[in-house]
Amino acid sequence: MSIDFIVHEEGDGVGVVVVENLEAGRNSTGWIMQENKTIQFKILGDIPIGHKVALRDFAAGDTVIKYGTDIGKVVAPIKRGEHLHVHNVKTKRW
Amino acid sequence: MQTKFFGYRRENGRVGIRNHVLILPLDDLSNAACLAVENNVKGTLALPHPYGRLQFGEDLDLHFRTLIGTGCNPNVAAVVVIGIEPLWTQRIVDGIAKTGKPAAGFAIEKNGDLNTICAASRQAKEFMHKVTEYQRVECDVKELWVSCKCGESDTTSGLASNPTVGNAFDKLWENGATTLFGETTEITGGEHLVAQRCINKEVADKFMFFFDRYAKVVDAHKVDDLCDSQPTKGNIEGGLTTIEEKALGNVQKIGRKAPVIGCLDKAESPTGPGLWFMDSSSAAAEMVTLAAASGFVVHFFPTGQGNVIGNPILPVIKLSANPRTVRTMKEHIDVDVSGILQRQFNLDEAGDKLLEMMIRTCNGRNTSAEVLGHREFVLTRLYESA
Repeated sequence: MSIDFIVHEEGDGVGVVVVENLEAGRNSTGWIMQENKTIQFKILGDIPIGHKVALRDFAAGDTVIKYGTDIGKVVAPIKRGEHLHVHNVKTKRW
Repeated sequence: MQTKFFGYRRENGRVGIRNHVLILPLDDLSNAACLAVENNVKGTLALPHPYGRLQFGEDLDLHFRTLIGTGCNPNVAAVVVIGIEPLWTQRIVDGIAKTGKPAAGFAIEKNGDLNTICAASRQAKEFMHKVTEYQRVECDVKELWVSCKCGESDTTSGLASNPTVGNAFDKLWENGATTLFGETTEITGGEHLVAQRCINKEVADKFMFFFDRYAKVVDAHKVDDLCDSQPTKGNIEGGLTTIEEKALGNVQKIGRKAPVIGCLDKAESPTGPGLWFMDSSSAAAEMVTLAAASGFVVHFFPTGQGNVIGNPILPVIKLSANPRTVRTMKEHIDVDVSGILQRQFNLDEAGDKLLEMMIRTCNGRNTSAEVLGHREFVLTRLYESA
């Protein structure tokens, strides 16, 4: 089965797109590396390779978890399947 | 893993994998003479740089430590030093000569460029004859010093290319090698993970001292959340959103097994085998130059979006897991690990691929950066000159 995105570990809020030209509307397959499981859901926006897809809904102020660790705060609401990046997540440092 | 390779055993017992005769300028003023000697004596390597005048205090100490360390590196067989005046020139020569390797200094004042170039060229020619007769001998991986630093990282770095380095570092540690990581600011968000990996409280305290010291520099000079610098524009283009995310990907390079055995200031040398941290800039050429100055002889450089860095004396082996980078910038990539992302091979196999390329590089294979002429020699400055 071809993998569209990869999640480091269960509990992470994001997956990383590993294919080029992932388009909105596609029913996509993700691989959770650590647990070696796959998940599927619909992608809601075009997401470039290397960029992140939200695995759940987020509200402003929520913390995003990747590698099982805090990677920053949500500054604009995000739906599952949407592109999660600098337009909706910021560092808590600096 | 294959543990034997053919390297150059130096006078002090250290093992190198290249056999350079350096023409090393003490200061910016001596670059022209060094480049002329390099042109006169084929096979020598000049290392022009912009500094060395009116530095003082810790910044001057770092300048000397970096230049002497570069000359002492086991990938260097002999060194000609040229400086504007004799005293500081001799200080560099004496520092390098402690290794037992041939080193000689030439000063420009009272001689002028042309006489200096003539005398230094004659000496460099003798060094070339001498060192080109050196033979490679069988060496063991436990004698090898291997550094790492990633660049133009993206999310594929944290998923695959950095963990590949981590896997290789684990295996090198099991075989008794000396390994190094650094990039102090790019640990921000993962500093607690590195502190936990330190072998004891003393080492952890020293790591946090370096981390906090660098954080103060950032705090003192920043004008925003560093959104134009950390992550870089290339990182953001590659999908990395915050410094924390970048850092957590970055620390994958240290693997899962080795404790951090000690922490070094910039361009300081390890005192035994194991995994070391060195306080350093996260800018690729600065960090790799410091790694070379602290004595490392081969370097792993994972990249996501495609950093093209090399170093004049420290062969840089580049790997990438980003299939687009491997396709569009393939002349820069020595090891393609993009297959991990499609489950074509696993991290353990990727680590073995990298180690196989490391052994080939140690045996003499030139890396992409060497073949393409990437010789970035970038000295770290701590503050303004007097």
